[in-house]
Parts: sequence; C-alpha cells; structure tokens
Amino acid sequence: MSEHLSALIVVLPLLAAPVCLLLRQPTLVRIWTSLVAWTCLILAWTLLGRVETGGTISYSMGGWDPPLGIEYRLDALNAYLLVIVTAIASVVFPSGTILTGTSLPEGRQHLYFAALLLCLAGLLGISSTGDLFNVFVFVEITSLSSYTLISLGKDRRALTAAFSYLVMGTIGGTFLLLGIGFLYQVTGTLNMQDLAVRLPDLLQSRTVLAGFAFLMVGGSIKLAVFPLHQWLPNAYTHAPSAVSAFIAATATKVSYYLLARVIFTIFGAAFVFDALHLHWLLLPLALMAMFAGSLAAVFQTDLKRLLAYSSIAQIGYMILGLCMASEAGLTGGIVHLFNHALMKGGLFLAVASIVMRTGSSSVAGISGLGRKMPITMAAMVVGGLSLIGVPGTAGFVSKWYLVVGALERGWHFVGILILLSSLIAVVYVWRLVEAAYFGEPEHEVCDVPWNCWLPTWILIGGTLVFGFWTEVTVGGAAAAARAILGVTP
Amino acid sequence: MSVKPPMRMREKVLLRVASQVFIPLILLFGLYVQFHGDFGPGGGFQAGVIFAAGFVLFGLIFGLEALQRVVPLSVVESCVALGLLIYGGVGVSCLLRGGQFLDYGVLDHHSSMHGQHLGILIIELGVGLTVAATMLAIFYAMAGRGRT
Repeated sequence: MSEHLSALIVVLPLLAAPVCLLLRQPTLVRIWTSLVAWTCLILAWTLLGRVETGGTISYSMGGWDPPLGIEYRLDALNAYLLVIVTAIASVVFPSGTILTGTSLPEGRQHLYFAALLLCLAGLLGISSTGDLFNVFVFVEITSLSSYTLISLGKDRRALTAAFSYLVMGTIGGTFLLLGIGFLYQVTGTLNMQDLAVRLPDLLQSRTVLAGFAFLMVGGSIKLAVFPLHQWLPNAYTHAPSAVSAFIAATATKVSYYLLARVIFTIFGAAFVFDALHLHWLLLPLALMAMFAGSLAAVFQTDLKRLLAYSSIAQIGYMILGLCMASEAGLTGGIVHLFNHALMKGGLFLAVASIVMRTGSSSVAGISGLGRKMPITMAAMVVGGLSLIGVPGTAGFVSKWYLVVGALERGWHFVGILILLSSLIAVVYVWRLVEAAYFGEPEHEVCDVPWNCWLPTWILIGGTLVFGFWTEVTVGGAAAAARAILGVTP
Repeated sequence: MSVKPPMRMREKVLLRVASQVFIPLILLFGLYVQFHGDFGPGGGFQAGVIFAAGFVLFGLIFGLEALQRVVPLSVVESCVALGLLIYGGVGVSCLLRGGQFLDYGVLDHHSSMHGQHLGILIIELGVGLTVAATMLAIFYAMAGRGRT
C-alpha cells in the first residue's frame, strides 16, 4: 500500500468530501473533516521523508505509464508544499464553524465542510500531479470550491467579492488552459517531464512563446501578483474568517508553486531568464507589490483587508525569490511560502477570534483589546512582528535568505528595498499594537475559549519555533530549490 | 363575469398526455446512452443529462412539489455524493486488488480486458448518477427561488 501514498493524499480528501454529504450531522462531519486533514498531514510528512531519502517518487495513475498516462510526481518541492497545505488544513479544519464569523444555516453546515475538503483535494492535486492538464482540472476544483467558500461570508458583499473572484479566476483558469493547449499543440504531450525534454528544440516557435505567456499570466492572476491582485483584498475581507485563514495560507502558495514549476521544470531557467529576461519584468512588479501592498495596508481600516494587502506585499517577496533563480533566492522564496502560511494563517485566525467576540473586524474595534483579550492580541503582535521580519521570528529567516540572494546576484538596491519595505510593515503593525494596547476598551468582552485560541497559537507559535529552529524549514526549502534548479548537492 | 384564471400546465390535456408518453422514453433513452456508451457515442455525462431531463420535464408539467415528492432534495444530494463515491470506490478497489489507482485491469482475475470493461462501466455509472443528480439539484435551486 505504501507505494500508493502519493495518489492517496489526493484521493482521500476528494472522496471524503462526498462522505460529508452523506453524514450530514454537523459534529460528526467536523470530526470526520479533521481526521481526514490529520491523515493527509501524516501522509505528506511520510512522503517528504521518503523524497528526502529516496529521491523523486513517480506514480502512474491507472497503470498507464508516463508520458501517456497521468503521472504523479513528487520531488523535494512538491513534498514540501504538501506539508504546508496539509499542516494549515489540520489546524484550521478542526475549529469547524466556530471561527467562520458567520452563521451557516442549520442543516447546511455539512456542505461547508465538503467544500473545504474539495478545496484541500484540489490544492493537493495541483501540488502533486506531473501532468499539465491534470493541473488545470485541479485548479478548477480548487477555484470552484473557494468561490463557494468565500460567498458564505456574513454580509452580502461576500457575494460580490466571490463573483469578482470568479470572473478573475475564470480568466486565469482559461489562460492556463490556453497555454496548456498551445504547448500540447506543438509538442503533443502534457507530461511535464516530457515537455521539458521536447521544448528546448521548439523554443523559437511563436506558439510556444504564446503558451508560455498564457501560463505565466494565468498563474499570476491566481497568485495575485501585482497588478493582477484586484480580486484578492475583497475575497479575503468578506470570506468567512476561517476560510480567509485557510485560503490565504494555502491557495497563493500553490499558485506560486505552479509558476515555479512552469519556469524551472518545464521551460528551464536558461530560457526564461537568460533568453527572455523575464526577471526584468517580474522584478519591478515584485518590488511594486512590496511597496504598494504595504503602503495600502497602512491605510486600511479593516483588519482583514489590512492583512490581505499585506499578503500582496508578501507575494512580492516570494516573486522576488523566483526572479533571482539562484539557490539562496529560491530558498528564501520557498521558505517564505512556509513562513508566510504560518503567520498569515495565524493572523487571520486571530482576527476570527476578534470578530467572534466584538462582531466586527475594524481596526478601531480592537481598541483596548490588549487588556480584554490578552491571548489573542499577543498572537496578533507576534504574527505582526513576523510579518515585519524581526529576528527571532520566522519572517526574519525568509527575508534573510532573500537579502542574501539579492546580494549574491549583485542586486544591492533590491536588498536595500527589502529592508525599506519591511519598515512600512512596521507602520501597519504598529497601528494594530497602538490600538490594542494604548486605546481605551470599547467592548466589555473576555478572551475566547481555548478551542479558538489554540489553532491561532499553534500557527503563531510555529513562527516563533521556526524563527530559531530552521533545520526543517530552510533545509526543506533548500532541497526544494536545488531540486527545481537541477543542482545536485 | 369573472375572468378565468390561466390554466396550469398540468390541466392542459395535450401537455399532460404527451409528457406521460415522453418521460418513460426519455428515461429509457438515457439508460441506453449510459450502457451503450462503451460501444457507441454516449457515456455517463450525456446519459445523466438526458435522464435528468426526464425528471425536469415531469417537474415542469406537474409542478416542483410533485417532483420533490418523487425525488426529495436529500435524496438528490446523497446521489451527487454517491456517484462520486462509486467512481472513487472503483479506484480504491483497484488499489486493494494490487493495481495502481484506477487500474481497472485488475478488477477481473482472469482477463484484464474484462476488468477494463467492468471498471469503465461502473465508473460511467457513477458519472451518470452524479450528473443526473447535479442537474436536478440545479433545477431545484432555480425553480425553488423565491419560495422558502
């Protein structure tokens, strides 16, 4: 059975979702969803260990060998990503509907869990498949389930947010499909490894170039790369809080993986960066995202929207790692996937607790909450410090590698800009601290029960732990960076 | 002199009789497309849509309530789930019989061709069930708008 793990990790949540529809009873469904998420985490951890010791794992679906059949192919990068996604799911799912900040209608709660599991299955599918068309199918599964999840938010603006995400997401998905179609037309194959073998002779073809452009733009829409990020703030703001936490911590990470896979595995860094000079396009966009995202975050009056704009800035950092195309840069980018998932997931969960107690997510509403809800607000502060990149937190580790990567490439100004943009993060985090600890309390509230602050603190505690103990995170990310760069240690 | 209220569809003899003739034929054709799908054009997706069309016609003529007495919403939801589970279940049973996921060849001990045939037949059944149930769920959602 053990050789089937790479298929099971996708099949399990995919089949667990319809089971939710049959179980129906809310408590039962919640326990079931949590069990599935935990099992997936164990599977992902096992797979990561196997990839580290035994190298790439290839699995042929239906017994049809690649490149004809669909191949699931795990290397150090996907296995690392699987661990990120399943870890976040294992923390967010057990809290169930308490932290959604919205009341789901009685008798329809099992559908929420089914959508969560489908979203998880889609994300894991994108991460583990080695077949380009299969990627598109899972992108659609993820997107459709996340539109549903976002539209469940507490007011009607969630519907328009979900709809504009649907429009942008569909455009992104269509671009991906067009790109895949173009590549298939020229090469006659959909398998990523096979494409990588056949494409080098065809790189002069306009069809291939157009296909590459479509894939990059489609992936960038899904990742919300500046200036294609317009859907993201509304979607994160109006979605149920727990959903914002899950999607913010996982969906963009998986899209980032997709871009990295297209650039490094399918087309190869030599073509993308040496022939097309893509970094001269991506680098300014990444820098603009870092500054525009952080500056926009400073002026937000809603906590979730503030975090959403900060996400856009953080995506800028990750893209920066991608453009460096060096081991240190990519390590920084990939380890930032992990660290950002921890901090943004934790921060959104902290906001979920605040919404649960005060009923609003406005920045003004947290006035004086430092005394009323000490546990939650402490998590918020630690998460904020990690966003800034204070030494001792996980955010520092990823920024360190990014700065090292920038200096290695001789991009000294980029190194300076990373530090400058972190200073803007100080401003928006300080606004939160100021309101929470120096304002007068407006609400007579007490802190949330343990089952609400525990998931928050697991993630926020993670940012502290992985700020010091970087063996797993940086080690895994470095292995992933080497794997996609094709460097042998 | 009072104005006669407009006739409801079920009171129109022509529609009622014609639909009563057509519905069994539509369902039968749906089943034909389903099970003949491996020899001719067809398969689970098309069959599911055709099969659901029969129910939708019934709902249009005799009203949503009558249709929901025949197929309640909870049954529809369960069928959506069941179809997907049948599909996945075939894959998992292939795993348990020692093949790869969805490797139908191992489903028959004697001949892998028979296994392939059996596998695709059951899978298409799952697809058909899910598609038909999803069509009905969409019909219920749209026809039921404005009523609570």
